[in-house]
Amino acid sequence: MAQAVVGGTHQVEHPETSTGLPHVKLAMWLFLSSECLLFGALITTYLLYRGSSQVGPYPNDVFDIPYTSVSSFVLLASSLTMVLALSAAQRTDFGRMRLWLLTTALLGMTFVGGQVYEFTAFVNEGLNLKTNLFGTTFFVLTGFHGVHVTVGILMLLSLVAFSMADRLPGDPAFPVEMVGLYWHFVDIVWIIIFTVVYLVPTGSGK
Amino acid sequence: MGSVSVAAEGSRGLLRRPTANTGFWSWFTTVDHKKIGIMYGVSSFVFLLVGGSEALLIRAQLAKPNGTVLSAAQYNELFTMHGLTMVFLVVMPMSAAFFNYLLPLMIGARDVAFPRLNAFSFWLFLFGGLFLYSSFLLGGAPNGGWFGYPPNSVTDPSVGMTFYALGLLITGIASTVGAVNLGVTIINMRAPGMTMFRMPVFVWMGLVVQLLLVFSLPIITVALFELLFDRRFGTHFFDPVVGGDPILWQHLFWLFGHPEVYILILPAFGIISEIIPVFSRKPLFGYQFVVFSGIAIGFIGFGVWAHHMFAVGLGPVANTAFGISTSIIAIPTGVKIFNWMATMHGGDIRFKTPMLFSIGTVTMFIIGGLSGVMHSVVPADYQQTDTYFIVAHFHYVLFGGAIFGLFAGAYFWWPKVFGRLLSEPLGKVHFWIMLIGFNLAFAPMHLLGLQGMIRRAYTYPETLGLGFWNFVSTIGAFTIAISMLVFIANVIKTQRRPQGVEADPWDARTLEWITSSPPAVHNFDEIPIVHSLDEFWHRKYAEDKSGKLVPVQAGGADHGGEVSHEGGGHGIHLPGPSYWPILVSFGFPLIGYGVIFDWWMAFVGTAIILFGFYGWALEPSAE
Amino acid sequence: MRKKLRLVLGLVALALLVACAPNATQDSLKPQGPYADKIHELFIPVVWIAAIVFVIVEGGIVLILLKYRHRKGQERMPAQTHGNTRLEIGWTILPSLVLAVLAVFTVQGIWDLASDPPANAMNVTVTGQQFWWKFEYTDADMQTAAGEPLTTANDLVIPTGRTVYLSVESHSNGSGFEVIHSFWVPELAGKQDAVPGRTNHILLEADHPGTYTGQCAELCGLSHANMRFQVIALAPADYDAWVDGQLGDAVTPGPGTQAEAGMNLFLNPLPNGNGSCVACHSIQGTSAAGVGGPDLTHFASRDCFAGCLFDTSDPEAIAEWLRDPAAVKPGAVMPNYHLSDGEIEQIVAYLQSLE
Repeated sequence: MAQAVVGGTHQVEHPETSTGLPHVKLAMWLFLSSECLLFGALITTYLLYRGSSQVGPYPNDVFDIPYTSVSSFVLLASSLTMVLALSAAQRTDFGRMRLWLLTTALLGMTFVGGQVYEFTAFVNEGLNLKTNLFGTTFFVLTGFHGVHVTVGILMLLSLVAFSMADRLPGDPAFPVEMVGLYWHFVDIVWIIIFTVVYLVPTGSGK
Repeated sequence: MGSVSVAAEGSRGLLRRPTANTGFWSWFTTVDHKKIGIMYGVSSFVFLLVGGSEALLIRAQLAKPNGTVLSAAQYNELFTMHGLTMVFLVVMPMSAAFFNYLLPLMIGARDVAFPRLNAFSFWLFLFGGLFLYSSFLLGGAPNGGWFGYPPNSVTDPSVGMTFYALGLLITGIASTVGAVNLGVTIINMRAPGMTMFRMPVFVWMGLVVQLLLVFSLPIITVALFELLFDRRFGTHFFDPVVGGDPILWQHLFWLFGHPEVYILILPAFGIISEIIPVFSRKPLFGYQFVVFSGIAIGFIGFGVWAHHMFAVGLGPVANTAFGISTSIIAIPTGVKIFNWMATMHGGDIRFKTPMLFSIGTVTMFIIGGLSGVMHSVVPADYQQTDTYFIVAHFHYVLFGGAIFGLFAGAYFWWPKVFGRLLSEPLGKVHFWIMLIGFNLAFAPMHLLGLQGMIRRAYTYPETLGLGFWNFVSTIGAFTIAISMLVFIANVIKTQRRPQGVEADPWDARTLEWITSSPPAVHNFDEIPIVHSLDEFWHRKYAEDKSGKLVPVQAGGADHGGEVSHEGGGHGIHLPGPSYWPILVSFGFPLIGYGVIFDWWMAFVGTAIILFGFYGWALEPSAE
Repeated sequence: MRKKLRLVLGLVALALLVACAPNATQDSLKPQGPYADKIHELFIPVVWIAAIVFVIVEGGIVLILLKYRHRKGQERMPAQTHGNTRLEIGWTILPSLVLAVLAVFTVQGIWDLASDPPANAMNVTVTGQQFWWKFEYTDADMQTAAGEPLTTANDLVIPTGRTVYLSVESHSNGSGFEVIHSFWVPELAGKQDAVPGRTNHILLEADHPGTYTGQCAELCGLSHANMRFQVIALAPADYDAWVDGQLGDAVTPGPGTQAEAGMNLFLNPLPNGNGSCVACHSIQGTSAAGVGGPDLTHFASRDCFAGCLFDTSDPEAIAEWLRDPAAVKPGAVMPNYHLSDGEIEQIVAYLQSLE
């Protein structure tokens, strides 16, 4: 009978998959499609309650559109640096790759920092989770997104650390590509949230 | 059995990789899909006994008018936990048990796509279930129904519904991870030649179920988070006092909840679609029709949710739309039943226990399906909703359909998993007692509901005239309990005997029967190459020109026994066992307790998860 | 085989006999008004269709199982049919047609039941509260001297032969939690949920005088099972007399009676300092104007109280209730005021005097 090696450490080639796609990539796409529905349900909740707060502060009272536009731009720019990181990884220029990954993480941290500042400002202006439906839906929706960005930052920093310790298994471009998929997804979601929450006027002044 | 060498030298991980593949402790670190499948099966069976005991208490309370067995508070906890247990801790994980064990074998793979994630899913499910049950000791179990409608579920002062939200979030993460894993396995790890339309129907149903999970669980995740925030952090998602709408929860819940019904029933449909052909000795009639109807059920399942809400007051337009979509979903379901009948037609039907349970599934599901069609007649549903008529309906679907189907699978694959055949006489006794008990318990509920018995009521007055059929129903419930004892006796008796069943005791059709019973740790010595649907059958039998079956002479088939030599023989690399999945999953219930009681536990939980993931990522792999 | 079949048929017949002659009193299968009839007339044909499908399909399965069962010692290799597209399309289309026909009647039924009430319909607002029902007669000719709508609790009194247009709501009025309830009188109409923040509507009508019981059908807390009520249909003349009685102020008990002592307890802060009845209850013609609990103006004219758990004619039941509401009705919102037996006796006398 055959011998099976359990827990072997030698590097073997990825077995060919039925679709030709690596398992991780397929899993990432499935996961992200699931995430689409997660954010879909959260955004739906926000839209449903838009303009139905009974007491202030209302969105127009607290939003600082130019400020949030800048931080949104920072997050969008991080998608570009992410692409540059991947392209460097594919050229096996791992120094550049780490540099761009770090830049991406820094941009992400700037965004999250901006969000923390914004939340604090809102709380100071009297808007918190319990104030009204706007506070409830706003903080939970953008907070969920902020947690996603934070997880992304952790992954980016881990990539840098693993790369420096030479602990990335197989082709380093692959994990960079996977983290990139996640990162771009989180960015795209922010474009939708930014549009829906900040840019589309509520009409009633609420 | 060949020697299994374990190499763990040069480990650079945070912890040494565990090495044992046998013995008690190996179960905690295993990443073998077969062992994980067995653990899913055992845990969900234990939960079945617990949830069943809750049902017995409920039936004891309702046996007579003005029952005094339970208090109102206990009753609300028990019927809520009964529902949660049966849906999330029995039928879902028992289906996961079959998927885990069988999918890789049926598609000719050595394991699932992500073995460690697979272990993680299992432990997270188990810890989520235990977390939910710990609520009995920690301030009260969930008591707002499995459907958890706010505002009642938010305003209830006991801690139960917080456990509900967190417990379901934890098991939901487990299911999502499991669904991604098994979905990738099916799509990506099929043996050479195993095209999508050569996959067994069970694998197809597995794929549909995983996709349903991936797309429906995020919706209830959001709903549960909103409920949790309302309860714990004072938000107003479902708070009518400041303008929130409790109906939002109902939409989100049923947008998950109805696909969930198909998540519960499609595995059983897949199981009996494998069993009926084997014991009729005919191929499944209209394979593609059965597959496509399963896919159609999955799709339409997302468009019928508001039929749970006909009495909410959504208005005639919505009720019309959802009434029609609900009746449409009966069509692909009916197709399956006719196809199973046509499969048996003209066959050589052998009434082995798995076949009996499969026939039980079909015949009982028909009853549940017909009462389901009655609900699509919306005005009739105005009377039936929230009554025992609905209780009868979904027990015919989920017990008569899913549980009978899962037992069919248990009897059918027991020899493959444990190398021993369950006793046929005891199995038949089990079947008949369960069938009689089931119908005694649930058929009277149709009448009870139509005659005005509401659901979720801990008591009813004598004047309603409902005593007789309630008493009959209680007798039926205890009869079901007896049938479970027969099954347990059968298992004990069987497991005491030595192993030694041949690879293919039923003369079956699919790939899992090629390999030994139980299969070796690497499943197949050589990965088979697939040339047709029911590959194994076609290696054993050919058809003559008139469609009659002719046994293939050994070695006489064109391609009998052909295998893929890629990676075959020596040096099959399987992932080693790992501590990390169980460790990481342990962090989640800690976060849950932290949210309820004290934040430091949540920080510890988060730290464990982060530490665990880094250990996981840095674990020296077999790759 | 035939003997078995006869036995089974006999058992089924017996079961049906028992089933068809029950003493159920809250029975959707015995509609007593035009709106319940409409549902029933839709439901019964569906039951027949389902029964026919049931017999054909289950019978077909049994026949197949008998005919094609494996017989001992007879090795038979069945013909390997893989499918038949025409047949399969056939049994896709056939049920579709049946369902399409059903759908036509379903849609008709939905819109029928959602149609506007007839011009002479009377309006009543139903409010679900934990765990009882409030009925307010909102028509202009149903106002009391004080300009308030006629209000009852747990007893909905209606005239026969006239449609009642119910507005179904859920409020807590500061007592208990605002949760979802569902209004259901099986013999007169289907269900309508009472959802906080929404006003839903349902029509009902009774053909004959009588008492039709109903209850809350949506889990609403501990005493969900005890949130019952009844619709009392009276002949129009009796109904008018009832309205006249209800529009008047409450009876003032004679001086020196137990009931008068009870009234004084009721209208003033309780001597034991635990609060007062009027914080939640109102009685027209007195200073009692609380809103959280049931209006008690004509308490004794009603059949039942506390979600129709007890009879108003039973002094012992009222006393038990006053002694500790939550002990006799789990989760009852009315607190235990720790009244003495003497005080309880006086309040019972007062309540029973409120004809």
